[in-house]
Amino acid sequence: MTPIDIRGLTKRFGSFTALDGLDLTVGPAEVRGFLGPNGAGKSTAIRVLLGLLRADGGTVRLFDGDPWADAVALHRRLAYVPGDVALWPNLSGGEAIDYLSRLRGTPDPRRKAELLERFELDPRKKARTYSKGNRQKVALVAAFASDAELFVLDEPTSGLDPLMEAVFTECVRDRAAEGRAVLLSSHILSEVEKLCDTVTIIRAGRPVEAGTLAELRHLTRTRVSAVVRGDASAVPGLDGVHDARSESVEEGTRLTLDVDDAALSAVLPRLTDAEVVSLTATPPSLEDLFLRHYGDEIGADDGVPATGAGR
Amino acid sequence: MSTATGTTAHRVPGHRTPSHRAETPAEQRRHAHVLAGTGRLARQILRRDRRRMLIWAAVMSVFIAYFAVALSTVFDASALAARAAVMRTPSGIVMGGPGYGLDDYTPLVAVANEGTTWIVMALSVMAILHVVRHTRAEEESGRAELVRAGAVGRMAPAVATLATLAAHLLVIAVLSALATFASQGEDTSLVDGLGLMLASAASALVFGAAALVVAQIVSTSRGAVGLSLAVFGAAFAVRSAGDLIALEGSTLSWFSPLAWAQQMRAFVDLRWWPLLLSSAATAALLGLASALAARRDLGQGMVPARPGHPGAPGRLRGPVAMAWRQQRAMLGWCSLGLGLLWFGSGSMLDALGDMATDLVAETPALGALFGEDPDGFITSFLAVIMLSVALCAGAYAIVATHQQCRGEESSGRLELVLAAPVSRTGWFAAQLAVALAGAAVLLAVCVGAIWAGAALVGVTEPGSGEYATVFATHLPAVLSFAAVSALLYGWAPRLAGLSWLLLSAVLVIGMFGAMFEFPEAVLGISPFHWVPAPFAATEGGDLARTLGLSVVVLALLVLALLGFRRREIRSGS
Repeated sequence: MTPIDIRGLTKRFGSFTALDGLDLTVGPAEVRGFLGPNGAGKSTAIRVLLGLLRADGGTVRLFDGDPWADAVALHRRLAYVPGDVALWPNLSGGEAIDYLSRLRGTPDPRRKAELLERFELDPRKKARTYSKGNRQKVALVAAFASDAELFVLDEPTSGLDPLMEAVFTECVRDRAAEGRAVLLSSHILSEVEKLCDTVTIIRAGRPVEAGTLAELRHLTRTRVSAVVRGDASAVPGLDGVHDARSESVEEGTRLTLDVDDAALSAVLPRLTDAEVVSLTATPPSLEDLFLRHYGDEIGADDGVPATGAGR
Repeated sequence: MSTATGTTAHRVPGHRTPSHRAETPAEQRRHAHVLAGTGRLARQILRRDRRRMLIWAAVMSVFIAYFAVALSTVFDASALAARAAVMRTPSGIVMGGPGYGLDDYTPLVAVANEGTTWIVMALSVMAILHVVRHTRAEEESGRAELVRAGAVGRMAPAVATLATLAAHLLVIAVLSALATFASQGEDTSLVDGLGLMLASAASALVFGAAALVVAQIVSTSRGAVGLSLAVFGAAFAVRSAGDLIALEGSTLSWFSPLAWAQQMRAFVDLRWWPLLLSSAATAALLGLASALAARRDLGQGMVPARPGHPGAPGRLRGPVAMAWRQQRAMLGWCSLGLGLLWFGSGSMLDALGDMATDLVAETPALGALFGEDPDGFITSFLAVIMLSVALCAGAYAIVATHQQCRGEESSGRLELVLAAPVSRTGWFAAQLAVALAGAAVLLAVCVGAIWAGAALVGVTEPGSGEYATVFATHLPAVLSFAAVSALLYGWAPRLAGLSWLLLSAVLVIGMFGAMFEFPEAVLGISPFHWVPAPFAATEGGDLARTLGLSVVVLALLVLALLGFRRREIRSGS
């Protein structure tokens, strides 16, 4: 049974197309990162998934059920943390947690107490006086205190300080270790790299990459910076070398290149041949992938079909 | 507006007298800075509200002109004389005015005597909503924080709000006076019309300034609107009681800003000095608001928030319990406030009976209208009061349904709840059940309060059984407001505000429908048209009408649930 299976999802608001053929799957025990810049349609997709919005096209299955028609039964099995948590201003944080937990079933007071301690949340304060981070903690405690099979987390760490982000990371890892599935929407790349097995990247409502982190890293380039004494003028012309720059320094010439991972084995010998003095290679990160898709150079890539290995 | 900053800047150097050390330059700067940015904020308010303001101005001036025209076409001299006689009765005084010019009752005198209360009421509601929307609601939403982080003084939002309100009221006053003048032809005194409208606007401004003070004390916009409306209700009661003591007003009347508009004696013997009272009161309230604002933090009220419970009580389980938790305070305060108001009205019935007997002895024409029996007066007074009671409960029903549901949805709390195993129908039905039950309780408390007040002063007719009947027959009409706003919310939440339009239409039909001989189709819009006359002998079709209205309410509620089940949930709209 697949917790989340979205294929070709289209969602329009009037003439604006928010989602345009989105594919997104989360398997059992999978932690999937859901990346995209602001306004890419991440929250819209999640709201369709929760049955709050209606899909205009494509299929959306949640635990093999229809999220619009079978919302109540399906929601027993998931926990949700919105990106911007709104609470009842006259309720204390503890009351809001209890209410939300009871909606879901029989709450576990020990778990609540433990999570309150871990997140250092004062449950006596009225929600009206909570900061954004503290409201976020209320939703996180209510979600992690539940026994859900699937956690749908929409930018859950916005407003959390680095210490609390670490606590959040632990909580997700604990639940993942228990075999729960997680959909983590985010634009914080390090968070996704730390936690997720697989990633879907969307842009303007369309998936542009999807796959395991290892597969995606494959698509990225390693940044190589080398100082050579000899002649390396042929290197920038090699296949798989991008954005080469060279400048004269005391020891010789400094070359900066972006190299496709597949071309590394061909490029490195040429550098050693040219009497390399120093060499740094920055490993590919999700950030590079992200910037490649959303950075300035993207305009030219537009229209090129996504090459996600996992799709 | 920008002049406000200007005056402060000019005034400050005048204080620099060598004889005593009044203000250091730093203090002067601080003073000017309290109002910095007022002009820009005022322009922003006008921009945001331009449509709303245009509609208010158009509706008010058209309605007042229509009122004047209708009075002069429907009523001939003898009908007006009879109406003047009615205006001497208790219900005429409470729902009308202090009774200036009753001896020579012309259409425009009637506008001044009977219309002023309602003009001030409409403008005051407008003023209160305007003030709270641009002060406390802005703080609540967090927008005020963003604004105040700019080069904007502490009092600038409040002063900009009041200044735009004053300008809007001035425009409405002038437009309405001109519209009345144009509709009446040459024999109208434009000066009197201006006097009436300016004084009404000035009274409304006092209630706006009072709302500004309330907005400093209460930390939620809903609470601020409620308390400000209660202030208006109190002023209404004080004016009524004062004028009941003596025709043309007693000392007590003068404690109500409503009286300051009526005591201008427009179209009878115009005097201008009551305007000074309104202006002085507005200035004093603005000063008070400023003093309070200087002593509190942004976003907080005067009462510091107390810590709550670390956990929810066992009964806070499920949407019904949550809806009750969210609405119980509002129900409690409304029951207390309106209960006291109607209890007071009920306790006046005794005095009204005596007064009516004297009136009939003096004016035999009234006897023909109401019968010699003083109970006839009491019954007609109760009938007028019941319309107000039911409309208050109807307003509560609208707030408890659409305002409450919309608040949950647009804030995003509904999203959080519906992501849990809660069905849309279940949630909406819970909201509606609590709202309808609350409206029913409020109606019962109010009707019971009148009965208790009357019983206290020994008025035993009508008896408790008749009050119970009146409650039962009015309940479906009150709930119909909840049903209509639920229907709008279920299908087209953006249009949910239209339920207020229904309430206003019902008020107009109830007050003036019979007088202006509206066609049956228009009268039928009002659910109260289908309610048997209160405290009158029962008629054959009464039960059928009550049942019919109940069925309509039920059908509307079912339709509302169906609509809500199929529409999307939109947070942040």
